[in-house]
Amino acid sequence: MQLDIATDIILSNTETVPGKKITEFYGVVTGNTVRAKHVGRDIMAGLKNIVGGELKGYTELLQDSRREATERMIEQATAMGANAVVNVRFATSSITQGASELFAYGTAVRVI
Amino acid sequence: MGEFTLLVNIGLPLTVLVIAYLTGSYLERRHFADIRKREARMQRFPTTTFETLPDDWEVADCELMAESVVVSLDYFKRVIAGLRAIIGGRITTYEPLLDRARREAVLRVTEKAKAEGFDAVINLRLETSRLANSDSGQGIGGVEILAFGTALLRTQR
Repeated sequence: MQLDIATDIILSNTETVPGKKITEFYGVVTGNTVRAKHVGRDIMAGLKNIVGGELKGYTELLQDSRREATERMIEQATAMGANAVVNVRFATSSITQGASELFAYGTAVRVI
Repeated sequence: MGEFTLLVNIGLPLTVLVIAYLTGSYLERRHFADIRKREARMQRFPTTTFETLPDDWEVADCELMAESVVVSLDYFKRVIAGLRAIIGGRITTYEPLLDRARREAVLRVTEKAKAEGFDAVINLRLETSRLANSDSGQGIGGVEILAFGTALLRTQR
C-alpha cells in the first residue's frame, strides 16, 4: 500500500514508537471503508483468472481502500490531539458478494 | 452437425484447460525464479517478527509499511483442487500459490523500506483473507495476502 499519507502522525505496529516514550494514552482509534469491485477491473481479473497469478487490479483496489481506512483512523487520532498511533492492526472481511470491508485500528498516544 | 457440437462442447473447455495449465505453470516458474533472486538480494536487510530492537540500536525515525498481493489459481489448478476436495488430503496446487504470494508481499515491504533508506523492518506480520465471491464458489475470487511491519531508521553517528 502507498501508506505515504501526508501526516505528522507517527504510525507503528509495535507497542511503542521505537526510540520515543509514550506520555499519554487517548484510547482506541478506528477507520474503515467498504468497497465493491469495479466492473472493468472484474473483466480484466476474469481473464487473468484463467491463467492464475496476481490480480493487479484487485491489489491496487485493496491498497487504495486500506489507505482510506488508515486516513480515517489518523483523522480520529488528530481530533483527539494525539501525535502517534501505535500497535496498528489491519483486518479485512467479506461483507457480501463482491464487497470487502477494510478496517484499521490502533491506540492513539502522545509521544516525546 | 452432432459431431461438431460435441467437438465444441468438449474440445473448447479442454483447450482452455490446456492453455491455462501451460501459461499458469510458466508464469509460476518465472515468478518463483524472480522471488528467489530478489530474496537473495534482500538477505542482508534485517527483517524480524519481534517487537523489540537489538539493545544497542538508537532509532531516529520509523514508519508503518503495508503491502499486499491478490492472487488467484489458474483454471486447470482450480479443476484439480475441486477433484481433490472430493477425496480429501493435501491440495498441492494451492500450496505454491499461497507461498509465492506471501513471499512476494514480504519482499514488497522490505524492498520498499530499503528503497526509502530505512535500515530494518521489525514486527513483520502476515494476514490472509479471501476476497468476496459468490457463495457457490463460482466467479472471480482471490486470496489477499497482506504483509505489514514497522520500518526503522538508525541514528547516524
